[in-house]
Amino acid sequence: MKRKTRMWSNLSAKIASIPMLITAVGVFILCVAYSIALSFTPSRYFPKFDFIGFDQYIRLWTTDRWTISVYNLLIFGVLFIGFCLVIGFILAVLIDRNIRMEGVFRTIFLYPYALSFVVTGLIWQWMMDPALGIQNVVRNLGWESFNFAPLTSTEYAIYGVVIAAVWQGTGLIMCLMLAGLRGIDREIWKAARVDGIPLWRTYVFIIIPMIRPVIVTAVVLKAISVVRVYDLVVAQTGGGPGIATEVPAKFVIDHFTERGNVAIAMAAATMMLLPVLLLVGPWVYNEYVRRARA
Amino acid sequence: MTQTQNAVARGRKPKKMSPARYGLYGLLVISATFFLTPLYVMIVTSLKTLDEVRLGKLFALPETVTFDAWIKAWSSACTGVTCEGISPGFVNSVQITVVSVIISVMLGAVNGYALSFWRYRGANVLFGILVMGAFVPFQAVIYPLIVFQREIGIFGSLAGIVMVHCIFGMPIITLIFRNYFASLPEELFKAARIDGAGFWQIFVRIMMPMSVPITAVAVILQTTGIWNDYLLGLVFGGRDNQPMTVQLNNIVTTSYGVREYNVNMAATILTAAVPLAIYFLSGRFFVKGIAAGAVKG
Repeated sequence: MKRKTRMWSNLSAKIASIPMLITAVGVFILCVAYSIALSFTPSRYFPKFDFIGFDQYIRLWTTDRWTISVYNLLIFGVLFIGFCLVIGFILAVLIDRNIRMEGVFRTIFLYPYALSFVVTGLIWQWMMDPALGIQNVVRNLGWESFNFAPLTSTEYAIYGVVIAAVWQGTGLIMCLMLAGLRGIDREIWKAARVDGIPLWRTYVFIIIPMIRPVIVTAVVLKAISVVRVYDLVVAQTGGGPGIATEVPAKFVIDHFTERGNVAIAMAAATMMLLPVLLLVGPWVYNEYVRRARA
Repeated sequence: MTQTQNAVARGRKPKKMSPARYGLYGLLVISATFFLTPLYVMIVTSLKTLDEVRLGKLFALPETVTFDAWIKAWSSACTGVTCEGISPGFVNSVQITVVSVIISVMLGAVNGYALSFWRYRGANVLFGILVMGAFVPFQAVIYPLIVFQREIGIFGSLAGIVMVHCIFGMPIITLIFRNYFASLPEELFKAARIDGAGFWQIFVRIMMPMSVPITAVAVILQTTGIWNDYLLGLVFGGRDNQPMTVQLNNIVTTSYGVREYNVNMAATILTAAVPLAIYFLSGRFFVKGIAAGAVKG
């Protein structure tokens, strides 16, 4: 009797949670499991469940386009996260030095973040146009040998994508860092000044260690957006020249759509999922499941 | 360790500019120039004639301001097979965004409320899975969703794309509302329970009126997110529901013959206009939204 009332008392809450249950279990568990399962099959356009072991993974890692994609992602990830952190931190420090028109500068640094990656990619494609872009303007000023058309070179194209991504994503990091700086106890600054520690040392050896949680958050956020990068590349370079700026996310989409090779696409998707699960899984469990239970 | 107390500016504003302060402002102005230049170039390019664009003066102001490129981008530029400009994409994006935002924010609000006040068994595990979902790359989920939507016959329809946006928006919106409701005093809820109010009554009469600001944050976050989406629109939009971002990319990539840079830039501005307007009009909420999306409670 008691058990029954307890079950019924939360009934509305349980019914209201059905969409959440379907999304959590149906999508984030079953769909992911289905994708992983497909990576062990020979599926082409449509799912076909004959299990063939790790064949698709072996093919994947011997495909040039995939290894180039992974390599690009690493270069892009390191440079993008590095530049965002450094520039974002410097901008946050500058803004935190009691400046006039703080709001104006903040608005300017953050507005690219409101734009989509497609828009970002197209603007920078135009700026980096070899015939009519920045390169041409500087050459017309008299510096004839000036070179700035990364998107036309297989070697440098990925750096062109990095520039666009940094332009778009630095504002967010600045915002997070600024919140971190504003959260620091004022006494710390006074103590550092009394001890005669130079300003830059105060920042490097005292402030940066103190805002470490913010930096970790920033890195995690950016790392996730790196794994997902797709539309920026599609809009800015289309993966080219050749396959010079291909990325894993684009590999997956292209292979299950126009290339009609679902199985290898899913093997690639599983490879994308793996680092995310390994990095984020323990953190989510710790933060949301275990702690809330205690 | 009160954080709000430290949010105020430190010390007095210096009266006289020292060389270091000149350097500081110099750096700020240079950075601001870097961030503003692409926006400036996009606008001036879109206002030039194609002949003037071909002169290669990227940073020059237009000699004669013309809105022809804007008109063409809006109503007659080619997006693949059809040449109706980007306006059909605008209509599609408005439809997709409005419906998806309303449904996903309502779902997220109810989820957050149920998770904070009605802790039924398994709620934490459910929420843990959902938070994990925020980190799962779309690529690992999209194909099964396509198969599922084909089976039930909504693939390529408005319902299909709205469903996908609701799924991928759910983790973050639920998180935002859960954190907000968790910060409200529990007594509020208990008092209503003692008075005999039920699940929906408490939600509609007490929680909803109290959560107007957080709802605004969630709406802004979702509106810019869904408007700016490209991947999901491309895959799930089908032929009839392609959002503006997809059509924009089509305009730029499928130009036959001469590349009309001014039309491309005009189309780009038109696509960027909605999120930019939201950003400039709602700065504070926008920043709160990304902060809420960034930091767990």
